[in-house]
Amino acid sequence: MLRVTFQYTEDCPSHEQALDRLRRVLAEQGVNVNIQIVRVDSDEQAKRLKFVGSPTILLNDVDIEPQCNDHYGLACRAYKLEDGRISPLPSESMIRRAIRRES
Amino acid sequence: MFTQQANNVANLKIGDKALNFNLTGTDDKSHSLSDYANKHTVVVFSCNHCPYVRAWEDRMVKIQSDYADKGVQLIAINANDASKYTEDSFQNMKVRVREKKFNFPYLRDEDQKVATSYGAQRTPEVFLFDSKGTLQYHGAIDDNYDEPNAVKVHYLRNALDAVLQGSKVAIAETAPVGCTVKWK
Repeated sequence: MLRVTFQYTEDCPSHEQALDRLRRVLAEQGVNVNIQIVRVDSDEQAKRLKFVGSPTILLNDVDIEPQCNDHYGLACRAYKLEDGRISPLPSESMIRRAIRRES
Repeated sequence: MFTQQANNVANLKIGDKALNFNLTGTDDKSHSLSDYANKHTVVVFSCNHCPYVRAWEDRMVKIQSDYADKGVQLIAINANDASKYTEDSFQNMKVRVREKKFNFPYLRDEDQKVATSYGAQRTPEVFLFDSKGTLQYHGAIDDNYDEPNAVKVHYLRNALDAVLQGSKVAIAETAPVGCTVKWK
């Protein structure tokens, strides 16, 4: 069964929208699982989790968009979208591709 | 035009007078808000690393381009602690200006006094002053950081249009949406 983890910090306002998006794509793909939601509150916790920024989505412990970045901490995360734009949110197609890859 | 120099004592509210500042820009020149007296000025607390800023950057460039001929000057200020967020260093600011072809000054608030004085909390966070130096709008650029084509309310553009027409800004304050300012 697919293991889905959603990590976020309160300071980055896109997390609710990102979680809604994740739920929507999981439903669309027919993946019925509980999402483990983890709030990251400290730099120490971020380092321990290797958390590169909020929001982060892990499928079977693999990031939906693996980063070369090893700067772990309480930051907001930038996603490079398919059209080259930067967004604080992963796109639906990014999530969809990762689900198909891990399922 | 200005009530005082930016320092550690004030936070701005709608109707307040602008606080002057003197900061170094990526052009290595000194910039004061008073250099733009008689212009409507849009002071945006910004930075390099924040994805919300990056999502809105092109819109900032377009706003400056669209309103330059109408006496509007946008000024971006980065106050973030670059020792923790190296992407926000002065050198990286210069790189960003070249990459994104900024058509407005991008200034470094190294000691964070200006951000503190203004009461900035987020990046990006907008303060629009009319040509008399009165704060007319404070908050977000528009209502959609993710999809420029899905914006429903262009807060800053609407406020600029109202100021240019000499009318009251209908929505004078919104909650700024973005990363927190990275304090030292």
